[in-house]
Amino acid sequence: MPQSRDPKYSDQTVLMLAVRDRRDRAAFGKLFDYFAPRLKGVAMRSGLGSGAAEDVAQEVMLTVWRKADKFDPHRAQVSAWIFQIARNRRIDLVRKENRPVPEEIKIADDVEDDAGQILAMEQEAGQLKTALDQLTPDQRNMIEKAYLGELSHKEISDQTGLALGTVKSRIRLGLERLRHELKGMR
Amino acid sequence: MSQIKHHITDPMLVAYAAGSLEHPFALVVAAHVSLCEECRVQLGAHEAVGGALLDGQAVHAVSVSMKDALLAQLDVVPAAEPDQTCERSGAYPGPVMKALKGKPPRWKSVGGGVRQTLLHVDDDGSVRLLYIPAGKAVPDHGHNGIELTLVLQGAFSDEAGRYGVGDLEVADDTLEHTPIAEQGAPCICLAATDAPLRFNRLIPRLLQPLLRI
Ligand SMILES: [Zn+2]
Repeated sequence: MPQSRDPKYSDQTVLMLAVRDRRDRAAFGKLFDYFAPRLKGVAMRSGLGSGAAEDVAQEVMLTVWRKADKFDPHRAQVSAWIFQIARNRRIDLVRKENRPVPEEIKIADDVEDDAGQILAMEQEAGQLKTALDQLTPDQRNMIEKAYLGELSHKEISDQTGLALGTVKSRIRLGLERLRHELKGMR
Repeated sequence: MSQIKHHITDPMLVAYAAGSLEHPFALVVAAHVSLCEECRVQLGAHEAVGGALLDGQAVHAVSVSMKDALLAQLDVVPAAEPDQTCERSGAYPGPVMKALKGKPPRWKSVGGGVRQTLLHVDDDGSVRLLYIPAGKAVPDHGHNGIELTLVLQGAFSDEAGRYGVGDLEVADDTLEHTPIAEQGAPCICLAATDAPLRFNRLIPRLLQPLLRI
């Protein structure tokens, strides 16, 4: 079991790190089994038929494999990272011109994983899920439509701002740590 | 620390995180996030929400053949993708340099000392760079929709406040404003709108579509 390497991380993180660091196919298969049916579900929400939605899930998961070296558990949970890949793919599909992306914060290759930081990030992701579970069905539906790309920005109301505080603080810490590491290398 | 006081609104950042923001606005958001750690953090948080929602989605079983087909592709080395990013250059953040195709802006006069470089125009709106000499005004214009103005160099003030480097002004059609560039370096802005600008004085509205204003 890959968990024996570091039993503290969530299963998803352990699997993704195995894919990133060791190109572990069995780990990738497990991530596929979890995320592909959900990615298909999201694609079907936007009106795609079953076959087309499967193509989407397949492409997204192939990108997960190919771009695994970009996965940084200090800044995003596995689900948030895969969400971004799926989002980018959706944009690229409807638009031929370049998708505007912010400048990247350069990450040095040899920065070691900070377990405390990663665990704290996971903990807050858990809190976020709990907060989302407390929404009424109507609220939840609105939030899902906003974040899964079914609403224009004009239709997205301020009620989407929930529960961001804790995650924000954690991402900020991640950025600060990165900056600290980079300073030490100059 | 950052001096940025005017940030992206939450609904706009959610739309960007969701991938549903119109292209002209998305370029401005990407440029602001390149300059603003606050909004970078905020964007990461929105993406975390997106991830949590993906995690909680109802599952739709995928076919075994699809998984097999995917696993068979893992050894295929994909053709190298062209580098999607551009380096920041002077006042221009990476995504703006990307929109400029890595070259310096080619300014065109629009009157009153103001110059512009159109970066992109389509049915969703347009996005351009504006060059405003110190002390000069961007011609008074109203709006049919939303206009975003991100300061890249210098500063301007208008009825709504003062905007320095990195600050983002969000104006809608309730605001008739007249931005004036501060003394000092010329003010350079990235401006996006989801509707054609209505310049009140300089150019007859009939001509605007022809001039791509
Ligand atoms: Zn900001």
